[in-house]
Amino acid sequence: MSVPVLEMKEISKSFYGTQVLKNVSLTVGKGEIHCLVGENGAGKSTLMNILFGMPVIINTGGFEGSIFINGEQMAFDSPRAAIDAGIGMVHQEFMLLPGFSVTENVKLNREVTKRNLFSAVFGKKMETLNRRQMAQDTRSALDRLGMSIDEWVPVAGLPVGYLQFVEIAREIDKENLQLLVLDEPTAVLTESEAEQFLGVIQRLARSGISILFITHRLDEVMAVADRITILKDGELVSSGPREDYTISQIAELMVGRKIDTQARKQRSSSPAKQEVVLEIRDLRVDMPGERLRGIDLDVYRGEILGIGGLAGHGKVGLANGIMGLYPSQGRVLYEGQEVPLNDTKAALRMGLAFVSEDRRGVGLVLEDTIANNIVLTSMQSQDKFLKPGLLKLKDERKIREHALESIEKFDIRCTGPEQIVRRLSGGNQQKVCLARAFTQEPKLLFVSEPTRGIDVGAKSRVLELIVQLNEMGVTVVFTSSELAELRSIADRIAIVYEGRLAGILPPDAPDVQYGLLMAGKSLEEVGAR
Amino acid sequence: MKEQLLKIYHGFGLPRLIIAGFLLLLIIIAAGTDLSVPGLLSDALVRIGQNGIYVLAMVPSIQAGVGLNFGLPVGVICGIVGALVAMEFSMLGFGGFLVAVLIAIPLAVGAGFLYALLLNRVTGQEMMVGTYVGFSVVAGMCIFWLLAPFRNPAMIWPVGGQGLRTTLTLADTFGGVLNNFLAFEIFGLTVPTGLLLFYGLMLFLVWLFFKTKAGVAMEVVGRNPRFAAASGLSLNKYRTLGIIMSTVLAAIGYVTYAQSFGFVQLYNGPLMTAFPAVAGVLIGGASTREAKVRHAVLGVVLFQTLLTVAMPVTNQLIEGNISEIARVVVSNGMILYALTRATGGEQA
Repeated sequence: MSVPVLEMKEISKSFYGTQVLKNVSLTVGKGEIHCLVGENGAGKSTLMNILFGMPVIINTGGFEGSIFINGEQMAFDSPRAAIDAGIGMVHQEFMLLPGFSVTENVKLNREVTKRNLFSAVFGKKMETLNRRQMAQDTRSALDRLGMSIDEWVPVAGLPVGYLQFVEIAREIDKENLQLLVLDEPTAVLTESEAEQFLGVIQRLARSGISILFITHRLDEVMAVADRITILKDGELVSSGPREDYTISQIAELMVGRKIDTQARKQRSSSPAKQEVVLEIRDLRVDMPGERLRGIDLDVYRGEILGIGGLAGHGKVGLANGIMGLYPSQGRVLYEGQEVPLNDTKAALRMGLAFVSEDRRGVGLVLEDTIANNIVLTSMQSQDKFLKPGLLKLKDERKIREHALESIEKFDIRCTGPEQIVRRLSGGNQQKVCLARAFTQEPKLLFVSEPTRGIDVGAKSRVLELIVQLNEMGVTVVFTSSELAELRSIADRIAIVYEGRLAGILPPDAPDVQYGLLMAGKSLEEVGAR
Repeated sequence: MKEQLLKIYHGFGLPRLIIAGFLLLLIIIAAGTDLSVPGLLSDALVRIGQNGIYVLAMVPSIQAGVGLNFGLPVGVICGIVGALVAMEFSMLGFGGFLVAVLIAIPLAVGAGFLYALLLNRVTGQEMMVGTYVGFSVVAGMCIFWLLAPFRNPAMIWPVGGQGLRTTLTLADTFGGVLNNFLAFEIFGLTVPTGLLLFYGLMLFLVWLFFKTKAGVAMEVVGRNPRFAAASGLSLNKYRTLGIIMSTVLAAIGYVTYAQSFGFVQLYNGPLMTAFPAVAGVLIGGASTREAKVRHAVLGVVLFQTLLTVAMPVTNQLIEGNISEIARVVVSNGMILYALTRATGGEQA
């Protein structure tokens, strides 16, 4: 084999003391399709940011390791430098100007120009566009992709699938392009579009452009990859030619992790899985980025139901939808009674409570005191902490007493109930959120991503608290991106894939089954009980 | 001890300390000239009571998350209409004042509701839209004053029999009813007891409101709308309530102002009412997102005293009309300063 197009050697990176990449090496040969797979947070995007010299890397102290392009060591200090070296990137979100034509988008800031009278006087910026040449270049780029659309069509009206191709056309139109990075390009495509897309990738690879392909869809990996690299928790777990792997193996390598058996043991009794307390039928939630496309799910009384899945597949949409924070449709029955959708007040009155995944945005009033944060929801939705009388004056004494009690019970580290919540650490803020939900004396509690952005010690404390609440008789629906966390405390784990329920697994199901469900396989294919 | 002093200092804030110091300096200078210090302070008390309710009107709108109510003239106009009706029927004394207020309140509730409908459609731009609503309403009402069916000869132009005059005196109806109620003199200082009592009553009502469930809800809506929505609160309901309260306070504020001032000024009279009120509450330590009743009190005391004392003192010291310029610079400068730091609050 000749000199590889890209070689990343022993890359390590930490953000503020948290190591996110450990000695990761990656080699992409000429004309090779290299698939990079891993869970959310495995370090894929950090690796790509390093490759592109993104400011976010530079500003946080750079990285360790070295990058070689065609055998030559490079140090990219800006995306510009990476682009000049022949690396192109197609982002998950489209970076196109809707009002511009395909050609204008492809040629943006790289326009072909002719000299004229003005430019002779005022310089290059005044040169006339050579529209014919621009169109020709674009046409040839589109032809290479096997796309028949007109090069002067405005981008605005094109179907989503085509936008992806326009982005790629822009990249391959750059003459020196050697390596194309595709960050989850098929996430937004329909199945047939994705198929067409994969064909294009293969054609590009044959023409000598190397491709680094980031995806969650393991089918696609098996269909197109020459080599596969699997990341997990910032470490390279495996890398090799495709022939060495099966889908199941990849899935297992992706999610495999030691289960925290200690937390597991704390659950004293497992609930009788008979009585359905919450019945969800064909729930659709229009939450941007986390859309649910019709889910059916039963929650049993007294259990902790885990909701897992990759980011963007809709797992956090479930709680947000039922609590009426985002527009939703479908049927939700709580103890046989219909929960009115899109009506937060009604949901709260029925005894449902919600700890939001967006702690600072939705979960707390940051400028307010701990005491107020704890009692606000109950006061407003259940008329608690009010003095008797027509005026409904708030009862400061009761509020303070309850706050002190909660601070004790939830182990909130603070200077007192009057402390402003903004000044608390993330873990303690989360405890305030839990205390607020608990104050509502809910019968069913939704907890979303309670450990996001808090330190390890606080994490296990928060999980313990959830278990404690559950043992007091609260049914918990616990959504988390961290599978290990779900498996440590949940009784059952539902995996959401592309807005639908992929399947429900017991916490002790093998890693491979989880990996496959998250990658879009059905329970039967996974071979679960 | 030191800590306590620090705490008081932080609660008070540096800008207010500077203004208070400046004020003290002015009073000392005034004592050195042939100005009567008790006379100046009497004027200051009157102006505090006269403008206090306007400044207080800023509190509900800020707390509901709508920001400073630059559309204060909407309420002021309702107050004017109330006062005019009382005058039309030649109601005297307290009766006139009460009738004016009682007519102004329902009008202000209606106007505030319509104003809220508009502001709820322009979330995030309320202050700018409010400014222009205020200007437009004043301009639009100029036509109304000309066409309004008032018949009292004391109010309309002597020639033509239609159209209200620009300035109407309240001397014969309810001018000064609050100011003179239980007024007394002490060390040459005249205290307008009734005016201050009425102002105190308004302060108490607003303070009390923010202790109630609805008041707490309004605060939450203002501080974090997304949290409020997740607690089942209707954002628009509480924003509307805040705007209506602000408008009603502006209307009551106007009647109070007019009886103290002794005149009703029509046409472009109410055009700029919002600005001193905005400056007042900001000087008191409020920000565009957080305002307490105490900010309104502190602000109106500092701002109005400064204006009453500064003008004659500077006129004594410097020839020409520099004091008016200083007033405009201080009040608009303060608005500018506070708007640039929306998060200010206690440290502003």
